[in-house]
Amino acid sequence: MSQLFYDAAPNATRVSPEREADRQYPEKPEAVTLFGTCVVDLFFPEAGLDAIRLLEREGVRVHFPKEQSCCGQPAWTSGYRDEAKAVARAQLDILDRSGLPVVVPSGSCAGMFRHHYPALFADEPDTLKRVEALAERTFELTEFLLKVCRVQLADRGAPSKIALHTSCSARREMNTHLHARELLQQLEGVERIDHDHESECCGFGGTFSVRMPEVSGAMVKDKTRSLIDSGAVEMVTADGGCLMNINGSLEKQKESFRGRHLASFLWERTNGDNAGEVA
Amino acid sequence: MSQRIPVTELTPDFRGRAEEALADGQLRNNFRVAMDSLMTKRANAFPDADEREGLRELGNRIKAGALSRLPDLLEQLEQKLTENGVKVHWAETVEEANSLVHGIIEARKGSQVVKGKSMVSEEMEMNDYLAERGVECLESDMGEYIVQLDNEKPSHIIMPAIHKNARQVSKLFHDKLGEPETEDVNQLIQIGRRTLRRKFMEADVGVSGVNFAIAETGTLLLVENEGNGRMSTTAPPVHIAVTGIEKVVPNLRDVVPLVSLLTRSALGQPITTYVNLISGPRKPDELDGPEEVHLVLLDNGRTGAFADAQMRQTLNCIRCGACMNHCPVYTRVGGHTYGEVYPGPIGKIITPHMAGLDKVPDHPSASSLCGACGEVCPVKIPIPELLQRLRQENVKNPEQTQQVKGGGAKYSRTERWIWRGWQMLNTRPALYRSFLWAATRFRALAPKKAGPWTENHSAPVPARRSLHDLAARHLDQNGGRPS
Repeated sequence: MSQLFYDAAPNATRVSPEREADRQYPEKPEAVTLFGTCVVDLFFPEAGLDAIRLLEREGVRVHFPKEQSCCGQPAWTSGYRDEAKAVARAQLDILDRSGLPVVVPSGSCAGMFRHHYPALFADEPDTLKRVEALAERTFELTEFLLKVCRVQLADRGAPSKIALHTSCSARREMNTHLHARELLQQLEGVERIDHDHESECCGFGGTFSVRMPEVSGAMVKDKTRSLIDSGAVEMVTADGGCLMNINGSLEKQKESFRGRHLASFLWERTNGDNAGEVA
Repeated sequence: MSQRIPVTELTPDFRGRAEEALADGQLRNNFRVAMDSLMTKRANAFPDADEREGLRELGNRIKAGALSRLPDLLEQLEQKLTENGVKVHWAETVEEANSLVHGIIEARKGSQVVKGKSMVSEEMEMNDYLAERGVECLESDMGEYIVQLDNEKPSHIIMPAIHKNARQVSKLFHDKLGEPETEDVNQLIQIGRRTLRRKFMEADVGVSGVNFAIAETGTLLLVENEGNGRMSTTAPPVHIAVTGIEKVVPNLRDVVPLVSLLTRSALGQPITTYVNLISGPRKPDELDGPEEVHLVLLDNGRTGAFADAQMRQTLNCIRCGACMNHCPVYTRVGGHTYGEVYPGPIGKIITPHMAGLDKVPDHPSASSLCGACGEVCPVKIPIPELLQRLRQENVKNPEQTQQVKGGGAKYSRTERWIWRGWQMLNTRPALYRSFLWAATRFRALAPKKAGPWTENHSAPVPARRSLHDLAARHLDQNGGRPS
């Protein structure tokens, strides 16, 4: 357990040890369901497509149920429990049809399935069983690639320095920062640079960013400053919400620095044949 | 930020206060530097993560266990303290508590009180209450002394004057006490010390808080670093301790891990300079100590939290302040922005029970739910989970919720309908896909302003094609099945 802790606060990479540290991983399945997430669906679809490509390259067939929408997190974190539950139930029904393992290119949405659906359905014993089974077979993308596919990435890109940002819920609920670090370490040409207050929140927090724009804005300004000052040429992250927040702020500030989804970064670095289909 | 912020005058305007604080570069810098230092100290105090986690687990179990038999423990505490010669008083409200304290002072015809640091006395606004009745109440903790001198409230529960740097304190001492300006912290402390020493000797009554009240032995435990706690509780002829009912623990053995968690989480100290164990007034054969010792046990909404199994975890709190030290929101806006006695994450979950959610309607929302507070809490209060629960109570129809005082403060039919619309969109696949289709095809028409979002960000523009579109085409081409 101890290796999970990086202790040099305030730049410590904090982990909730009670969650995920002891997760047992299955053998690589033949097929999975990709849950794209609403933010990726509308704003970063290429990241979702790159996730599919990464999975397929590992010999995993990918299903994409077209009835999927949002995991329900926005309403859940806003206090609208009934509305969140209705949306969660819809996703549960869809994901249960095939019963395949679920891969999610977003730590906070994966965390929603694994840690918050059980809270939402605590009062429905029959549904709770299905929810617990879903939690059991849900994986965040980097976690799935690393722990289930046991991927070995061959880097084909030019030397580069990058910063990694991990969403707080992804870190807290899914250990995404550790999985992402390990994947990036496999890339020979990539140097991951620490940035100041790396484990601090970027200020997104879902509806927090519109309910408290002053505080959220101060947080994202500090985050973008520390990313730019880190000396990295770009930022990668496995969470669409943070990406939207950080890139949106950078663009507003007319900065040229940008972040992108880790799935796209990994695919581009490791794909020898870029002549594939045009998105 | 020098306005006085009495808790009874809370205005539901967190955002306004936050905006002022954010614009104050000096204030932001003071907090950032101080919180970074406190985080580092805490991390260094727990070099072994496994030990830390084991201790947190133990701390949680002790507090949860104590709360599970709170009524019995309080009775036992009263009985043992009474046997030890301590007079125990019960107060449901801060008014009752103040009146009890004033009654004790009046009976001794006291006019001067010296006070060790106590957040419960801040809850009571005891200084003001007593001042209005002609009793001078002087803060003897250095930080408290500074904020009292500047007519402010504490901005942090452990370090009340953390929002000020040495230069600001120097100026304050110069303006109020006529002392020469100096930025030497030791000299500044000596200035405060000279004033306070005299007061300890003159005071009729000493007031203190309590960190842990031990039921089995009838002992009040008080940790502190300045010696002012020991002076306040031993020099004056009367000692009045004030505390919340949740501070009781079964026995002395429980206190060992809790004190360790408290001092390491708060300041990174293995133990404080002073640990006071107060077990009664001066005995006939003793040379010093107070002639009378009183304990005022205050409810002030705690039983409301106690009544709800989930909210009850709020009462685990041992007031270390680690949650605020690690909070990215607190670090940026400072303690006064919360407009109440308890700032930061713990303030956000405990104040609703004291003041009512309707008095602090923005508190549950003033968090990105990043979870740093929950991770460092020494007694494992699931603060993000409780914030989320309070958000639910906040948006309920006030006529249908009685679960938290002042619940339903953010009830809005309009917002409820917006979420109903969101629910419809996300539970009807054809509707959702039509929305995706329209949003991507007409992306050029995406609004350039999107409420508060575009204050900090460029306008979000949907992609040319949704993942639904891209995945369907890709899986068609590659023989995968969009199931």
